[in-house]
Amino acid sequence: MTIEFTLNGRPVTAQAHPADSLYDVLRALNIASVKCGCETTNCGLCTVHLNGKAVLSCSVPAPRVAGHEVVTLEGLQQEALALGACLADEGAEQCGFCAPGLMMNVLALARENPAATDAQIDAYLAGNLCRCTGYMSQRRAIRRYLDSLEVRA
Amino acid sequence: MASYTNYVMAQSLEEAYALNQKKSAVIVAGNMWLRMCGLRRQTAIDLSKLGLDAIEETQDAFIVGSMTSLRALETHEALNRETGGAFREALAPIVGTQFRRTATVGGSVYARFGFSDVSALLLALDAQVELYKRGVVPLEEYQRETWDRDILTHVRIPKGRRAGIASVRLSKTDFPVLVCAASTDGETLRLVMGARPARAMVVADGLRLTADLQDWEALAGSVPLGTNLRASEAYRRKIAPVLMQRAVQACLGGNEDDH
Repeated sequence: MTIEFTLNGRPVTAQAHPADSLYDVLRALNIASVKCGCETTNCGLCTVHLNGKAVLSCSVPAPRVAGHEVVTLEGLQQEALALGACLADEGAEQCGFCAPGLMMNVLALARENPAATDAQIDAYLAGNLCRCTGYMSQRRAIRRYLDSLEVRA
Repeated sequence: MASYTNYVMAQSLEEAYALNQKKSAVIVAGNMWLRMCGLRRQTAIDLSKLGLDAIEETQDAFIVGSMTSLRALETHEALNRETGGAFREALAPIVGTQFRRTATVGGSVYARFGFSDVSALLLALDAQVELYKRGVVPLEEYQRETWDRDILTHVRIPKGRRAGIASVRLSKTDFPVLVCAASTDGETLRLVMGARPARAMVVADGLRLTADLQDWEALAGSVPLGTNLRASEAYRRKIAPVLMQRAVQACLGGNEDDH
């Protein structure tokens, strides 16, 4: 089947099987930031923004995306650069595999609750798993990123 | 891998119902669990265009569309005010915010997942389900039935009850090992146990707040519990009375250290 939607601001037409997920479609469109880390709908690596909200692309049925707006990390390069710098500065990047999914959810958090407390950050990001670190460096980096937004605002 | 021949965006409940009368059809709700089932079906029926994702507040109930996300319930102010924050407490431990944004209440309730925190809480609140053909059915009854081919359109959550929930998980965001939900109308208590690991069930109703709250061990002893990969029956037996007590404390007015 053919599915038309907006990807990172541009209209796209994709071919999909009826049981495909948004994840399958994005990978077929060479969107490399979106990854599958668990196959059980819980790791957070495939996070994208659907109509501005962070969702797990692995579980969104592809046909449901028709006519909607999808944004991946590729479409948020400026913010990704700033957040990525914070993550690097705090030593939060190790293997980096989970980073795009984490960043997409942090950017969603930054829009929804830019003044988030540490506890709110933890709760919001509980569905983004990282198997290298102990999450402390990420939390420092996210704190730093959110604080930098406040300064700019 | 799931495989469907057709994926139909239903334009009306009647169309969805008609398509769903064939055994070769399946309804797609949040697709969180379904996608992992590897079903091969002729027709996948999508309900997302039917406006079933709203929470409507009436004088005596909240009418929740079956395609409403768990995240919407978790963050709904009036619903949480009415229930003492029970939805926030019950749903926040489920996987992650992204997951809860597309997981639907109808998917949880229809599937009668044994691990469901959602069903446990809704049972404690004495919710009802609204089915397209059959009409309104108490969740307690629906919860015991096998999967039928009707369409779950709404969940009705009656007002007037506060609820509390307590669970044990091997790690945060995992399935519960055991969950207890309690609710009160101010005079009596209703207790539900879920992840037994079988489907959640009402284990006591009409308990008087003053007289009947003595012997948690005895009350928990009567609950059918079992063994699965997450825990043995003996382990569940051990923690059941503690969870009951914590859930009751939470519903009677807050106990901050219960999670």
